[in-house]
Amino acid sequence: MSATGTGHTVIRPYGDTTGDGRVQLSFTLPLPSGTEEERALADGAAAQLARKMGLDPAMVVHTKAMGPDFTFFIVYGVVRHLVDLADVAVARREFPLMSAAEINRRIRSALGRELVVVGASVGTDAHTVGIDAILNVKGHAGEKGLESYAEIRVVNLGAQVAVGDLVARAVAEHADAVLVSQVVTQRDAHISAAQQIAEAFSEESGMTRRPLLVVGGPRFDPAMAGELGVDRVFGRGTTPGEVASYLVHALAPEPQGSAA
Amino acid sequence: MPVSERGGGPGTAVPDTGQPAGPAGAVLPALRLDPAVVRRARELAEVAGRPIVEMARSHTTVSVERAVLRLAGLDGADPGDGMPWVNHLVDAVRDSCGLAHGVALPAWDALLAGGHPGLAALAADAAAGKVKFRVPEGPDAAAARAAATAALAGGFARIDARKAEREAMIRETADPPKPWIYLIVATGDIHEDIPQAQAAAREGADIIAVIRSTGQSLLDYVPEGATREGYAGTYATRENFRLMRAALDEVSRELGRYVRLTNYASGLCMPEIAALAGLERLDMMLNDCMYGIIFRDINPRRTFIDQRFSRQVHARAGIIINTGEDNYLTTADAVDAAHTVVVSQLLNEYFGREAGLATGQLGLGHAFEINPAVPDSFLLELAHAQLVRQLFPGAPLKYMPPTKHMTGNVFAGYLLDAFFNLCGALTDQSILLIGMMTEGIHTPFLSDRDLALENVRYVLRAAGRLGENIRPPAGGFVERRAQQVLDESVDLLGRIAGDGLLTAIGDGTFGVTRRPADGGRGLDGVIERADGYFNPASEFLERDGGESAEGQR
Repeated sequence: MSATGTGHTVIRPYGDTTGDGRVQLSFTLPLPSGTEEERALADGAAAQLARKMGLDPAMVVHTKAMGPDFTFFIVYGVVRHLVDLADVAVARREFPLMSAAEINRRIRSALGRELVVVGASVGTDAHTVGIDAILNVKGHAGEKGLESYAEIRVVNLGAQVAVGDLVARAVAEHADAVLVSQVVTQRDAHISAAQQIAEAFSEESGMTRRPLLVVGGPRFDPAMAGELGVDRVFGRGTTPGEVASYLVHALAPEPQGSAA
Repeated sequence: MPVSERGGGPGTAVPDTGQPAGPAGAVLPALRLDPAVVRRARELAEVAGRPIVEMARSHTTVSVERAVLRLAGLDGADPGDGMPWVNHLVDAVRDSCGLAHGVALPAWDALLAGGHPGLAALAADAAAGKVKFRVPEGPDAAAARAAATAALAGGFARIDARKAEREAMIRETADPPKPWIYLIVATGDIHEDIPQAQAAAREGADIIAVIRSTGQSLLDYVPEGATREGYAGTYATRENFRLMRAALDEVSRELGRYVRLTNYASGLCMPEIAALAGLERLDMMLNDCMYGIIFRDINPRRTFIDQRFSRQVHARAGIIINTGEDNYLTTADAVDAAHTVVVSQLLNEYFGREAGLATGQLGLGHAFEINPAVPDSFLLELAHAQLVRQLFPGAPLKYMPPTKHMTGNVFAGYLLDAFFNLCGALTDQSILLIGMMTEGIHTPFLSDRDLALENVRYVLRAAGRLGENIRPPAGGFVERRAQQVLDESVDLLGRIAGDGLLTAIGDGTFGVTRRPADGGRGLDGVIERADGYFNPASEFLERDGGESAEGQR
């Protein structure tokens, strides 16, 4: 049946016996269960859902009314499905996710100084929600923003920053990376803003090295980096930790010869 | 009538009366704290806070001035650009003659000059550049002062009526026993929030908090109207306040229990939002002395000036403030930084009292955030929570559940939340924000909330009276830890009192971030008051400056 390590690549969930396929599941249905009759119907509905999800047999072990209109269920059952490890697709990020402590350590060991990030929303975009979610200590999605990293110095310019001002500030601050968030997408404003920034930095002669250019926003496609002329594009749902991990991957790679 | 909704619905194995088993005050016997050290801590908090109060008394901000106009009844926004009329009028006065004398003198002087039926018409003309403002003098100034004061009397009469209405509603329904169960709603759409809030109240919530849209704290205006679009929260607007309070009044009557409403007076519009909260009978407001500075990079001076005015308004409106010390522990280590929570609480207490808040309005915050892998972590939490309880015996303390160490393992998270509830029960915390086992995964499911309420009900029923049946030994671990945190707090307060609070904030004492006094957003909205500065709201809010108005009450 199943066994990794003996050459087999097909597995099933494990309850208490190899291959038993037992799983648990909980969910809510918009059904009342106050009366005996209602509860019987609700239990039946839960069992039917579980069977359709592939649990067979399915056992409804807990039914609880939540107010007059909803019922919560816990179900145990056996799934017939097989997982073929040969077919498992793994999404690969080009960089590993690191903890805040690892990121700070890496910046110290690889750069030996603070990593400087300048961030803004440019042009007519008055939305700071994206850049603030990534930069503010408050952060986003349960992760603190880049300001909370001891080894990252953040200069957050806010919204409606002129591209020229952004470039000038990046030069003045010796920015390692420039983060730009664009939320407004009318007439592809976010695309043209990103391209303007890339051009402005490529024309800027006052810097010894161009900072890493990172753009993000809910309508960006991460595959567009090349087309936009920037180093990395982040889309919807990006967390501060992902951005910090990427910055370290790109700017503070592990020193050569360090033990793995 | 489902008055027993706090109990389990059909299907719970154990019948539940919904009443915590313990009588009020059934708590852990007091730990021995040196009263001299406690007194010293309060003295140092005052030394640290007094210069800040002086600064707040000698400055104003654009948002304080806009709040004055809101209290005088100026509502609505310019249909052209969506900007509230209060912003247009304050900006126009600032451009024309500055704000060092306040907005009231020039604005009511212009009204008395004739040609404008009211503030809205004046604001519209001012926005179009058609009004030239001046700072009136002599009899003209006296006339403007009298007219402005009369206009604000209407706003304060409404706030006072709202406060009386709250008291009447509580008499008509009932004040729920403490701890009050605090649940959050945050869909972004006020019309989705309302049924969710009503459902949460029926499930047992005593307090509904409507989380604001991400980034609202950084807007230098208050949006208008009922809103249906927000990022991870719903905009705080006057109309949203009104709609939600009305919906909760309906459900309060249905349940026979007054359900309180909470929102956020933080960010760049703190004074205005405080005014709107008072006008629409919100019951509690998040209002921290340093949250905006540390976590939103709002200028420290702006924050402290705005905060003093907003707290004066809350005091008048009978609103309980909730402070945000729990946030420090989401960035800093909850053991190492435990004393920064106490220091911030003492500062919040000093600033709150100075602004006129009663002890019963000081909802000081703290949190259960120690890494569960730390040995004796529960004993440490117990020591911290009991220390705070003993330092602020009359304050409606707000206790926040674990968030940092909620890993996605919902089963372990449920257990951690139960320990949080137990610690809250043992130490008589007044407001329990109910922890969700799916914290950090998603906005809570209906079932997450239901399970969370089942958890807290079980703990209160099973162990609500545990506190009176145990006694931490004198000189034992819990007592020594509480004493240690208090000592560390006094040390830190001593440093802050010596260096100045603005310097301490600039040095990164709180949270982990350095916030210099002249950095951050909103500093351009701070104005030093001139000698003839006049704020008609102060006539109603300053205890020493408003004898005549206060004397009537």
